Amino acid sequence: MNIHEYQAKQIFAKYNVPVPKGKVAFSVDEAVANAKELGGNIWVVKAQIHAGGRGLGGGVKLAKSIDEVKQFATEILGMTLVTHQTGPEGKLVQKIYIEEGADIADELYLGVVLDRAKEMPVIMASTEGGMEIEKVANETPEKIVKVAVDPSIGFQGFHGRKLAFGLGLPKEQIGKFIKFAAALYKVYMDNDASLIEINPLVKTGAGDFIAIDGKMGFDDSALGRHPDIEAMRDISEEDPAEMEAGKYGLSYVKLDGNVGCMVNGAGLAMGTMDTINYVGGTPANFLDVGGAASAETVAKGFEIILRDPNVKSIFVNIFGGIVRCDRIANGILEATKLVNVSVPVIVRLDGTNAPEAAEILKNANIGNVIAATDLGDGAKKAVAAAKGE
Amino acid sequence: MSILVNKDTKVIVQGFTGKEGTFHSEQCIAYGTKIVGGVTPNKGGQTHLGLPVFNTVSEAIVATGATVSIIFVPPAFVGDAVMEAADAGIELAVIITEGAPVKDMMMAKAYAVKNNMKTLGPNCPGIITAEECKIGIMPGMVFKKGNVGLISKSGTLTYEGANQVCNVGYGISTAIGIGGDPIIGLSYIQLLQMFENDSETEAIVMIGEIGGDLEIQAAKYIKENITKPVVAFIAGQTAPKGKRMGHAGAIISGSAGTAAEKMAALEAAGVAVVKSPAEIGHKVKEVLSK
Repeated sequence: MNIHEYQAKQIFAKYNVPVPKGKVAFSVDEAVANAKELGGNIWVVKAQIHAGGRGLGGGVKLAKSIDEVKQFATEILGMTLVTHQTGPEGKLVQKIYIEEGADIADELYLGVVLDRAKEMPVIMASTEGGMEIEKVANETPEKIVKVAVDPSIGFQGFHGRKLAFGLGLPKEQIGKFIKFAAALYKVYMDNDASLIEINPLVKTGAGDFIAIDGKMGFDDSALGRHPDIEAMRDISEEDPAEMEAGKYGLSYVKLDGNVGCMVNGAGLAMGTMDTINYVGGTPANFLDVGGAASAETVAKGFEIILRDPNVKSIFVNIFGGIVRCDRIANGILEATKLVNVSVPVIVRLDGTNAPEAAEILKNANIGNVIAATDLGDGAKKAVAAAKGE
Repeated sequence: MSILVNKDTKVIVQGFTGKEGTFHSEQCIAYGTKIVGGVTPNKGGQTHLGLPVFNTVSEAIVATGATVSIIFVPPAFVGDAVMEAADAGIELAVIITEGAPVKDMMMAKAYAVKNNMKTLGPNCPGIITAEECKIGIMPGMVFKKGNVGLISKSGTLTYEGANQVCNVGYGISTAIGIGGDPIIGLSYIQLLQMFENDSETEAIVMIGEIGGDLEIQAAKYIKENITKPVVAFIAGQTAPKGKRMGHAGAIISGSAGTAAEKMAALEAAGVAVVKSPAEIGHKVKEVLSK
C-alpha cells in the first residue's frame, strides 16, 4: 500500500524527521485558508497523487502571494496529472498540499528499501537530489552511497558516518545528517515500510536538513498490525476493478487483449498469459483466483472479466494444489447461473480432485463450456475461440 | 538419492490441528511421508490424525526424532514458529503460509541461518521427493519418480512443469517450490548445487518469474558450476510494467527484473529457455535425448 506525501510527512513528524509545516486542502478556499494560517510570504502548492515526477508534470508550484496560491490551487485541483510514473492516462488530482517555502541551499536524496540479496534494509543517499534517482544510478552510480543495516544490531553510529562522510558533508553537518538518517531508519522499521524516498532532502541556508518530499510504501502483509496506516489508504488512488476483485480474494489486472484468463497462482497466471501470446493471441487480463477459491469467488471472477467488452473467450486454467478442482467446477456451474456468460469458456482442470471436477462439468453439460486437455491445448482453443474460429 | 528429503525423513507439523494443517497433513501421510507428530500450543498431549500433539517443537523433537518441520501457522505467527524450529534444532523448515510480514521473515531467516537451519518459503508449495516423501501442498499424483530435478518460484508452475516432464515419459527426482516473497530460504543457487551433486538427477528444470534478480544470479552460477542440462521458463513476458511509486528496489539489484533480461542471461549461460510453460516437457525430452 502507498500513501500520499502529506501522510508520509505526518509519520515523519512523529519520529522527529524534520518536515516543513503544511496542510492538506480539498478545495481552493481551503487552500487559501491553509496558506493564511501557515503565514509567511512564500508557499508551495503540491498535487497529492500516488506517483513521482509531479513537479515536471506541472503539479508543484511556488506561490509568492495569496493570490498565486489561489491561482495555482485552481489550476492543480481537478487537473489530470501525467508523469513518468502515472502512465499516459495520468491521475486526477483531488487534493493538494499547501506548505511553507523552504530556504534551499542544496538538494540531496535519501531512501530506505529492502535489499533482497542482503536480506536487510539498505539506506541510500546521494548528493544528486531533485533528479530522477534511476538516472543517477545509471549515469553516475558513484554518487550513490548505500549502507545496509543488519536489523539485529539496528542503526549504529558507523552506519550514519558511512553515509555522511560518503556524501562529503562538511564537519558541522555530519551529526545532523546522522540523526536524520537514524530517525528515518526507525520510521522504516517501526511501520513495516517497504520503501521510503525523500527526493529532495533539502539542506537549508542554516545548514539544517529537512524533508521537502516524502514517499512511503508499506508491506501489505503487515498492515494488520498498523491500523493507523491502514486508515491512510486512499481508495480513489486504486483501480476499482482491482479493489473489488481484492475483496473476494482475487487478484486482477486488466490488459488490452481479448482472451480472458482465470488461473490459480500468480506464476501460472503469468505463464498462461505468456502461452496465449506464444500461440498467437492476446491476454485480456491477469486473474489469480488464489488459494481459497469458492463458487462465489469464481462467479465474481467471471463477472469482472466479462465487464471488459473486448473479451471474446475465457480460458480457465487451474492446476489444483491448494485449490480443489471440484470447487472450481462448481464455481463455473454457479457462475453460469449468476452471470450471463456470453462467450466460449475453455476449461482445463488438473491436479487435486481433477477427476471429480471433470465429472461435475460433464454431467452439467453447459453449451459454451469447452474442455481442454492441457495448457497448450487450452490456450490454442481459447485463442481460436476469440478469433471466432 | 534425491535432495534434502527422502522416505526416511521424519517430519513434524507446526500448526497441526488447524484447517489447512489437518487437510495437508492427511494428504502427506497418504502419500507416504513419515509425519511423526505435530505442534499446537495448548493442545499438547492430545492425539490428532492418530499422531501425538506437542506444545513445543523441542518436546516434539525429543519424543519423535523429527528433523524437518512443515509450517502452517497463521501469517502473524510465522516468524515466531520459524525461530522456534531453529532454536529447537530442526534441520529444515518448510514454510507454506502465505502473507507473512517481510520484517518477521527478515529476522527469522537471519536467526535460522545462525542456527544452521535451512528454510524453504514462505508462501511456497513445499518440497517433494517423488514417490517417497511429500512435505507440502502439491498434488502428489503429478510427481512420478524419475531423473529430473525441478526448482520453481511459483507453486502452480511447479505442478505444471512436473506434469509435463512426466507426460513426456520422464519423471521427477525432487521438486522444490522456493516461493516468491522478498525474503526466502533456499534459492536457485543452493538447490542447483544440490542437484548437480545428486547422482539420481540428470537434468534440471528451473522456473522463474519477473522481479528481483535471483534468476540472473542463478544464470551466472550455472555457467560456472553446472554441467547437467538446465531447462528454464520465466513467467511474465506479457505482464505490463507496473505503475511504481519508487525505483529504489531496481537500483539495489542493478536489474530491472524483466523476463527478457532473465531469459537472455540464462540463454547466455547455456540454458535451454522456453517461451511458454507448455514447452517445458518437450524441451526436457530434447535435452535428455541428446
